[in-house]
Amino acid sequence: MSDTTHEEHHDGPHASGMWRWLTTTNHKDIGTLYLVFSLIMFLVGGTMALIIRTELFQPGLQLVDPHFFNQMTTMHALVMIFGALMPAFVGLANWQIPLMVGAPDMALPRMNNWSFWILPPAFLLLLGTLFMPGGAPAGGWTLYPPLILQTGDAFPFVVFSLHMLGASSILGAINIIVTITNMRAPGMGFMKMPLFVWTWLITAYLLIGAMPVLAGAITMLLTDRYFDTSFFLAAGGGDPVMFQHIFWFFGHPEVYILILPAFGIISQVIPTFSRKPLFGYVSMVIATSAIAFLSYVVWAHHMFTVGMPAAGMLFFMITTMFIAVPTGVKIFNWLATMWRGSISFETPMLFAVAFVILFTIGGFSGLMLALVPADIEYHDTYFVVAHFHYVLVPGAIFGVIAGVYYWLPKWTGHMYNETLGKWHFWLSTIFVNILFFPQHFLGLASMPRRIPDYSVQFTEFNMISTVGAFGFGLSQLLFVWMLVKCVKGGEKASTEVWDDPEGLEWTVPSPAPYHTFETAPKV
Amino acid sequence: MYRSKAYGRWLFIGIAAAALAIATPAAADWALDFPASATELGNKVRGLHHLALIICVVIGIIVFGVLGYSLVKFRKSQGAQAAKFSHSTKAEIVWTVIPVLILVGLAIPTARVLIEMEDTQAADLRIKVTGYQWKWRYEYLDHGISFFSNIDDASNAASILGAGLELHEHYLRDVDKPMVVPVGKKVKLQLTSNDVIHAWWVPEFYVKRDAVPGTINETWFKAEKTGTYRGQCAELCGRGHGFMPIVVEVLEQDEYDAWVVGLTAPAEPEALEEPEAAMSQTAPAAAGGASSR
Repeated sequence: MSDTTHEEHHDGPHASGMWRWLTTTNHKDIGTLYLVFSLIMFLVGGTMALIIRTELFQPGLQLVDPHFFNQMTTMHALVMIFGALMPAFVGLANWQIPLMVGAPDMALPRMNNWSFWILPPAFLLLLGTLFMPGGAPAGGWTLYPPLILQTGDAFPFVVFSLHMLGASSILGAINIIVTITNMRAPGMGFMKMPLFVWTWLITAYLLIGAMPVLAGAITMLLTDRYFDTSFFLAAGGGDPVMFQHIFWFFGHPEVYILILPAFGIISQVIPTFSRKPLFGYVSMVIATSAIAFLSYVVWAHHMFTVGMPAAGMLFFMITTMFIAVPTGVKIFNWLATMWRGSISFETPMLFAVAFVILFTIGGFSGLMLALVPADIEYHDTYFVVAHFHYVLVPGAIFGVIAGVYYWLPKWTGHMYNETLGKWHFWLSTIFVNILFFPQHFLGLASMPRRIPDYSVQFTEFNMISTVGAFGFGLSQLLFVWMLVKCVKGGEKASTEVWDDPEGLEWTVPSPAPYHTFETAPKV
Repeated sequence: MYRSKAYGRWLFIGIAAAALAIATPAAADWALDFPASATELGNKVRGLHHLALIICVVIGIIVFGVLGYSLVKFRKSQGAQAAKFSHSTKAEIVWTVIPVLILVGLAIPTARVLIEMEDTQAADLRIKVTGYQWKWRYEYLDHGISFFSNIDDASNAASILGAGLELHEHYLRDVDKPMVVPVGKKVKLQLTSNDVIHAWWVPEFYVKRDAVPGTINETWFKAEKTGTYRGQCAELCGRGHGFMPIVVEVLEQDEYDAWVVGLTAPAEPEALEEPEAAMSQTAPAAAGGASSR
């Protein structure tokens, strides 16, 4: 939507119209493509969430059939994770990493184009499954067999689409690693890189480690279904639980893939608006690495009810609990950055502060979920739903939004409308809590997740949650409006945009010219 | 600009009022916490949950307190001047070591409960639980009793899309034939599945375990009080996942013995020596219920 208006303002590209966007190898163009794609997917996935919440407004089935409900929960997750969040972070990386390390572009520009253009056909396939006989996948985004093997004609399309998304992510990750490793400006040692660059470097390694594991798991599903193998089928000597181990070996690093770049953004925003350097840079880097390492050894905490030896459960409980330590270090460092600063509350800072508070709440419920005996009661209830939505919505998504407000003036050359930004912030923050906080209570009161209908004692909190969902969803239209307005025009942004911010991206004019740093800056 | 602000405020007040208006008259159950436990072990789990919650709340008060103080005290608009420090080894050691100590303190009691929870030995009664899409089958291995447990007819009828029927008190949490167990006895469940993965869960027993095809999982509970306890399948198992309730009737020992005799008396058609035979006889009857989904 906003890309058509966007293109008129550039004069750098050599092609025009659709051809420009199809053939571009410019990191800024590709960043824009990723971000626009991500925004569209955010609205698509959000619509699915609203269908879910509407059905759950009161007990009894009023709107959708249970099978369609299950398709919605599955597709909502796949669209939000692979369509909204991951492309948003890759888009931010594309725009910002070259600007922040003083490189003229990404290291592998043609591959960059390819890694974006895999996405739209992949999502065409994935969303197209909604119209296939048997409908879209309805076994949950975790794709557990044997249930997922009951998917109708959509099954091979889902697998193929996930393969494409995985390939796109791996290509993007390789590009980011090569860019960061080889194209930093002279004088920018690893320990001088901005935190956003650091967290993305670590995330890129997580992607390269995790995505092929998902590819393996879904390929085995495919052969189980069509080529008579029995990797996960008990009748043929296979084990359905093995899939869960493989899936979560991908899945847990994946959740850190979704949050580490947000940590990076917050670490850029808080120092700027506290007018004080980031506290504990070295410990931030160590903590991020420690979280990434631990993310590979905690996977079975998603599976405590599956039947594991007590010793295994203890191991995964303890490793999981220890993630709280580096995560705590990050939170404390952000607090210490604000301590004795000179704080102002522009929209990016508002979202960053809300991130620190609400992500911490998600972290607390995460710690509670690590405790095996309690987890056995929390498992697969709305308590879990509340937990991961707290870390993903006011966590990861608020991180993305903070980043967009922070860098938008650099991209468009215009200041966004601060009043609209503040409205967007306050409405989002209030409604996101109305949406997700009551879900903790629903979980504790024993409402399972992924059910289309529920017993009457859960009615009240579900109603409140649905009201919050609509409030939150509609508030995002303000964000879209703000973006369109800012792309079209507005107050001219200065080179520095903010009050003496740190970083190379604030040394190029606003809007950042089509080609930047053709001669490397000195750091 | 001011106009749009005023509109927004009224919109917000309107939504909040509507939310309250909708929610309040229906107020029946505003449960904020885990249900009261019907087992001794459940009380320990509930205690752990409270311990963890209190630790989180205390840390939350400290962290958010410091944050709130900073946001008020160090505002640029109040003339705050930024300090230049960006490092303090002492502080960083403190906030690394203290959380480690708290975590160790939390892990020790948790591990104790976990070990107790996993001890399935010396059971008084064994029941094999098999998950089906979408019903449960209970086989009393010591008595040769076997039956299917389906969603009750009233819930089944009311849960059809657009049925608009009155929802009864135990809507979606009632069955035709509940599991029956004696009070104060250690009941060992051996869980498996006939098709996809299900999970057997009764919240008040603090027991949840997956029923996985090709595997026998074990868990146990010992109900301290007689009564009816309700739960439902907790692992997404397809279209009817929300519609496979679990009800456990906990009886005094003599009432339980009478129930067993009633089902195992020779003339009774449901008295079956062979669990396999039970399946073929009961399955067609059950097929009319929830499995029609």
